[in-house]
Amino acid sequence: MTTPMSRAGQAVCLIVLLLLAGVPFLGEDYLIDLTTEILVFVLFALSLNVLIGYSGNVSFGHAAYFAIGGYANAILLTTYEVPLLIAMPVAVVLSMLAAMFVAWFCTRLTDIYFAMLTLAFSMLIWAVAFKWRDVTHGDDGFVGIAVPEFLGDRVSFFYFTLVVVAGCTGLLWLICHSAFGKVLVAVRENRIRAGFVGVDTRRMRWTAFVVAGTFAGVAGAIFAMYNRGMYVENAFWTQSAQVLIMVLLGGMYSFFGPAIGAAVLYLLERFTNEYTEYWPTVLGGILLVILLFLPDGLVGLAQKVRSRLSRLGGDS
Amino acid sequence: MQGLEMLIGNPTFAFIQLLNSISMGMNYFIIAAGLSLIFGVLRVINFAHGAFFMFGAYTAYTVGQEWGLGFWPAVIAAGLFLAAISVFLERSLFQFLYDKEHLMQLLLTFAIVLIMGDVAKVLWGTDQYSVSYPEGLDGAWNVGLTYYPSYRLVLSLIGPLILLVLWYFTERTRWGRLTKAATQDREMLSALGINVPIIYTSVFLVGSALAGIGGALAAPTNSPVPGMDVFIIVESFVIVIIGGLGSLWGSFLGALIFGLVYNFGSVIFPNGQDVFAYLLLLVVLLIRPWGLFGKPEAE
Repeated sequence: MTTPMSRAGQAVCLIVLLLLAGVPFLGEDYLIDLTTEILVFVLFALSLNVLIGYSGNVSFGHAAYFAIGGYANAILLTTYEVPLLIAMPVAVVLSMLAAMFVAWFCTRLTDIYFAMLTLAFSMLIWAVAFKWRDVTHGDDGFVGIAVPEFLGDRVSFFYFTLVVVAGCTGLLWLICHSAFGKVLVAVRENRIRAGFVGVDTRRMRWTAFVVAGTFAGVAGAIFAMYNRGMYVENAFWTQSAQVLIMVLLGGMYSFFGPAIGAAVLYLLERFTNEYTEYWPTVLGGILLVILLFLPDGLVGLAQKVRSRLSRLGGDS
Repeated sequence: MQGLEMLIGNPTFAFIQLLNSISMGMNYFIIAAGLSLIFGVLRVINFAHGAFFMFGAYTAYTVGQEWGLGFWPAVIAAGLFLAAISVFLERSLFQFLYDKEHLMQLLLTFAIVLIMGDVAKVLWGTDQYSVSYPEGLDGAWNVGLTYYPSYRLVLSLIGPLILLVLWYFTERTRWGRLTKAATQDREMLSALGINVPIIYTSVFLVGSALAGIGGALAAPTNSPVPGMDVFIIVESFVIVIIGGLGSLWGSFLGALIFGLVYNFGSVIFPNGQDVFAYLLLLVVLLIRPWGLFGKPEAE
């Protein structure tokens, strides 16, 4: 039932992957770090899009699973000195369990109520991270994470990130293009009709939520090691809003759109911060432009431009 | 459990916690009522409500302290200022998104949060300001068991007063009936010759003015500082979800419950107060997914 990727699509993926793999050969430390961080946010945004783009449920609390993955990995590695091979999978499983639990509540509701409830749960997790000082170090942040030695230098960490993110992206692609992904789209388009043809819509939405939360946990676990620290801000609702904007900027009705959105938004933030401290205003402005003029994001814009161009070509 | 023993063994202490809960709850009610009113009619969850609250608190400082016009005029000024800002935003941005998806509306309000946060930094800097209590209310009154700050007592009375006024306007006036009709069927109302956009604007104005007034009233106990907006908004969400989105009585009860849980929770389990508020929300939603006074969503 899985739709295979088109030849052209495969070629583009391969080229992007090769280009990324070549980044360390440029020898610029700054560039390697930048790419590593972008990759993390790409995975984070792609994970959220399973929920938003495919199942049509807007989560305003996706940072929670990112934070659980990050904190759990950080605490296991540092406080309990667990090897990475165990720590990271456990962290991801914890994110998944949290998502399973929260999804059970949230999928009882839809639309705006769903969004509010995901927000409330993420703030519960934020409050726990904030107040449970003994374990998370509260608002001082959990710093000084014991990153395993073989990931100590930036090049090997970069390749580690690339392999994990590429692997997860592949998995997400398969999930979204499987029979399950198609049923999700059916649920998004018309929940009631999907229910009439025998789809357990709540279970579908629950599963999408769990998939999204699990992969956000992977992104969080890598982020904690890259950043050498986790902070309560990583679980705050504004972080959830940021990743939501990445998805929207790229275009939520395409699989790779959010990846583009994540990269573009992240780069914009970096460059804006070099010139002005008013990044929030710039972000707000970007958001207004998307909302009022680019409802389908950059991918939608590209498609529009392409069809306009081909029409022009046809006329002449 | 030291706190619990104190509560049981010392009635005065427990009584003070009760009064704290009520005055805090009433301040939150004023803010949450505005949020809930806007949602009830416009079906927009307004993240910018927290920013409106913050602007209200800053306005109380500027008008009341800097310009020296006194506290109460500053509260009114905060209400008017936010009413003006909200009308501008509603006319220039919101009205284009009423027919769009909720996601779009949520994000639009978030864009306003981002921009207003920076505007506040430009206008007021990053300092924390202290706003003094209004004249005559800087002392404490005897309330039987103990003395209690008079300003907080007055605040506890302003809440129910606003509840009554809002109840009157939404339930007993033509405007209230029209807002209800607009919730039910906009097109029909419009076909009957009612200017629906003006009703929408007026609801947005009233709700936002409440955020401004709530912010100004909170200023003496809750010093205006950057970032206060993103905290107050989630707490207001918790209150309106507990009470039921769109319900006036729900926000009132939700705010009271929030105040009680926050204050007693922090006495019994120090440091746990934030966690409690969200746990409470969970319990309520388990029993009634649409909040205490909310109605199940229509399919």
